[in-house]
Amino acid sequence: MIADLIESLAKIIFIFTVNLGFFAPVLGWVERKQSALIQDRIGANRADILGFTVIGLFHSLADAVKVLTKEDFIPAGANKFFHTMAPFISLVPAIAAFSVIPFGGKYTVFGHEVHLVIADLDVGILFVFALASLSTFGVVLAGWSSRSNWSLMGGLRASAQMLSYEVAMGLTIIGIIMVFGSLKLTEIGAAQENFFRWGIFLQPVGFILFLTCAIAENKRVPFDIPEAESELVAGYFTEYSGLKFVMFWMGEFLEIVTISGMVTTLFFGAWHLPFVTDQMLLDFFQFAGPNGAGILAMLVNIATFFGKVVFFIWLQMAIRWTLPRFRYDQIMRLCWKMILPISLINILVTGLVLLI
Amino acid sequence: MNASVTLNRLAERFPGSIIDTHSHRGDDTAVVKREDIRAICAFLREDEGLLYNFMMDLTAVDYLGQEPRFEVVYHLYSLKYNRRVRIKVRVPESDCFIDSVVPVWPCANWFEREVFDLYGVSFNDHPEMRRILLYEGFEGHPLRKDYPIKKRQPLIGPIN
Amino acid sequence: MRDIEKDLHTEHMVINMGPSHPVTHGTVKFLVTLDGETIVDLKVEIGYLHRGFEKMCENGTWQQVIPYTDRLNYVSPLINNVGYALAVEKLIGIDVPERCKYIRVIACELSRIADHLTNVAAGGLELGAFTAFLYFVEARELVWDLIEMLSGARVTTNYVRIGGLKNDLPEGFSEKTRDVFKRVRVLWKDVDHLLTKNRVFIDRVRDVAVLPADEAIALVFTGPCLRACGVPYDVRKAQPYLVYDRMDFEVPIGDTGDNFDKYLVRMEEILQSMRIVEQAMEQLPSGPINIDMPQYRWQSKDDIGSRIDSLIFHFKTVIDGIKPPPGEVYLAVEGGNGELGFYLVSDGTGKPYKCRVRPPSFPLTAAMSRLMKGRLIADIVPTFDMINMIGGECDR
Repeated sequence: MIADLIESLAKIIFIFTVNLGFFAPVLGWVERKQSALIQDRIGANRADILGFTVIGLFHSLADAVKVLTKEDFIPAGANKFFHTMAPFISLVPAIAAFSVIPFGGKYTVFGHEVHLVIADLDVGILFVFALASLSTFGVVLAGWSSRSNWSLMGGLRASAQMLSYEVAMGLTIIGIIMVFGSLKLTEIGAAQENFFRWGIFLQPVGFILFLTCAIAENKRVPFDIPEAESELVAGYFTEYSGLKFVMFWMGEFLEIVTISGMVTTLFFGAWHLPFVTDQMLLDFFQFAGPNGAGILAMLVNIATFFGKVVFFIWLQMAIRWTLPRFRYDQIMRLCWKMILPISLINILVTGLVLLI
Repeated sequence: MNASVTLNRLAERFPGSIIDTHSHRGDDTAVVKREDIRAICAFLREDEGLLYNFMMDLTAVDYLGQEPRFEVVYHLYSLKYNRRVRIKVRVPESDCFIDSVVPVWPCANWFEREVFDLYGVSFNDHPEMRRILLYEGFEGHPLRKDYPIKKRQPLIGPIN
Repeated sequence: MRDIEKDLHTEHMVINMGPSHPVTHGTVKFLVTLDGETIVDLKVEIGYLHRGFEKMCENGTWQQVIPYTDRLNYVSPLINNVGYALAVEKLIGIDVPERCKYIRVIACELSRIADHLTNVAAGGLELGAFTAFLYFVEARELVWDLIEMLSGARVTTNYVRIGGLKNDLPEGFSEKTRDVFKRVRVLWKDVDHLLTKNRVFIDRVRDVAVLPADEAIALVFTGPCLRACGVPYDVRKAQPYLVYDRMDFEVPIGDTGDNFDKYLVRMEEILQSMRIVEQAMEQLPSGPINIDMPQYRWQSKDDIGSRIDSLIFHFKTVIDGIKPPPGEVYLAVEGGNGELGFYLVSDGTGKPYKCRVRPPSFPLTAAMSRLMKGRLIADIVPTFDMINMIGGECDR
């Protein structure tokens, strides 16, 4: 009982630290530096503490300080309650979605079985999608409550885009669910122990569609019309400043991490190294005794998982800095006339292959 | 000779309207009467031998001290024959109106608004005769020679 | 659906893409009446950058106008300088030496390259292709290095004089040009790979703002926008000035006039301009760069310091201004956006009686409302960018 509690607490603290403490600031740095590398320039490198500019990492700290000390205003005539609440509604689902993503398998440590996932829900995938739908509210409320035509347009576009791509995203996943036969993310992750049972080989089309829908859901380029910088100044968060503004941005970055986590779990073998089974890992670490082997195997798997997550974060950033953005009607057409039919065909083909 | 073709044809067709012509530095120029300007412009655009389909520029010059005071200047270009011509019309200050050529070349819309804004010459039948470069509360027409360069305007507040 | 819509009380939303907005570079105001995302009406208001160019010209001497012309089309200032100087020289009736003509052609084409680079870069930026923007900004920096070597400044060049130039080509200019063009060609290829066959980019710019050729002529489009509509009019070929008739270059012509054609025309013109500069550097003759008429162009400082007639002419032209004979003249050069015309009226004194600039982007901006009716608001972005309205030139 106590052990369970400690285990849960440890996992929550770990994920919280990794997400909010590590990924959120570091992703800001990654965006700056990766874009600088692609664009043949240096990027931000001025923030220093005592003369040490750690290749620009302190900029995240500087951002945090700046944001906390900025004036926090609400435009005149705006709906104060919704205006303040909107960033929270946008941020919380992004953090909460990570609670069902497994970052490791099952290990026996000190006689206690540890599942490296905060909440092993039976309907794991559905939970993530439900939270994604909730974050739509944040965006629409932000657009509506700012009492500005530009924010309204951003909110309108966002609502249409996010709703459409949620539908499409759900359909693209059905293939994977059919193949692995379960909605539990831990089971899907565990089933990918064999390298050739990785989701990418079983559902290549599903992978591409899911990645597209997830990037669209997250409102990143090339689908970032709700916040299209050159058309709508800043879209639905034009009238935000200070901490609330940063909450929207953090929500976006954390959703990048969540998407990468989902893609890794569903398609890229979750926490498994290719061609290495769990038993091989435990045998490898036999020298540290059964507990030590368990702990070391745990660490290796966590590192693998986060390594894959980092790869997908890099991929999404690279896509962001290469492609221009779509027009609104083209995004809608892409979703309803292209992704939806292809995903339905995908389901059909998967079903046929499973039957045969 | 290529240069005088336009002026000759113009003189044939509108003998009474042409007040003066010259070709100073190779630019064909014709000063015409105010009343016939729209007919002349339509002729210049549609005649098979001339085909002046580009109205490159429409501006005005203020000859303060001469009567009539203003001179509205049209610069035309023919794509097919690769020729240019300049048509000038004198407009007196007391009766500062001239026919608009928007029915002939739609682009004249903004050019005529600019002449009205800066010189005060008004164009009849213009779809939208209001200032273009200066704000609505501006007093006077600045490019006139009697508008002093250092004149101040009254301060205006926000519109609403 | 139609009969339900009749009962629904909906209003069109009027949105103000005001003078300070990321896409309206050049300070222009669009009053857009929207029905959802479709544009029902678009009203354009300019004049936010009107600085009274013509009035200021009438207040100074003929030579003092040249720094004002820098600030007209401030992304290609050398073309404005050259155009004005050519117009005054036509008014006076003089011809500059051969070497001066070649260097003026080099200056014009370098400015044109910078203008087109800026325009395509801004297009990429507004559409979200940030990387293409920065690649072309790097290319533009290199071209500006060349312009700085030539005239001493990157933007407000003030290089051309009536009857000649400020200074001759500096040492090492042709080697630097060769290096710069090698790098610019590499960057051009990079941006070409990034944008020209990019499905997302093509979807944004193809079939947007299509204009048939006769309507483009009626709206007096000139320059790359007109050539994109299929009309082969380029002042450098139709009525060549300086030494363009000795240069071997092609003028790209488009098909439909949509934004994609405008983009392709500009990209190709960058390469053609580089060709012209290279040919001019090869054919460059030696000789003086200023005409030997001291009443219009000063003699060298040695002469002014030692000969009395040079000193007197220098004094008179600086204090009173040069005195072209009375008359009027119109001269057109090919600016970055189209036909840049100068209409000058002289009354025989040292001050211009009228100095009118025919701005190429004035009618292009006026055409925005015709181009944008019925399209989505997101189409304003690439259209307005490809029209390349430069505030300094449109508002003067």
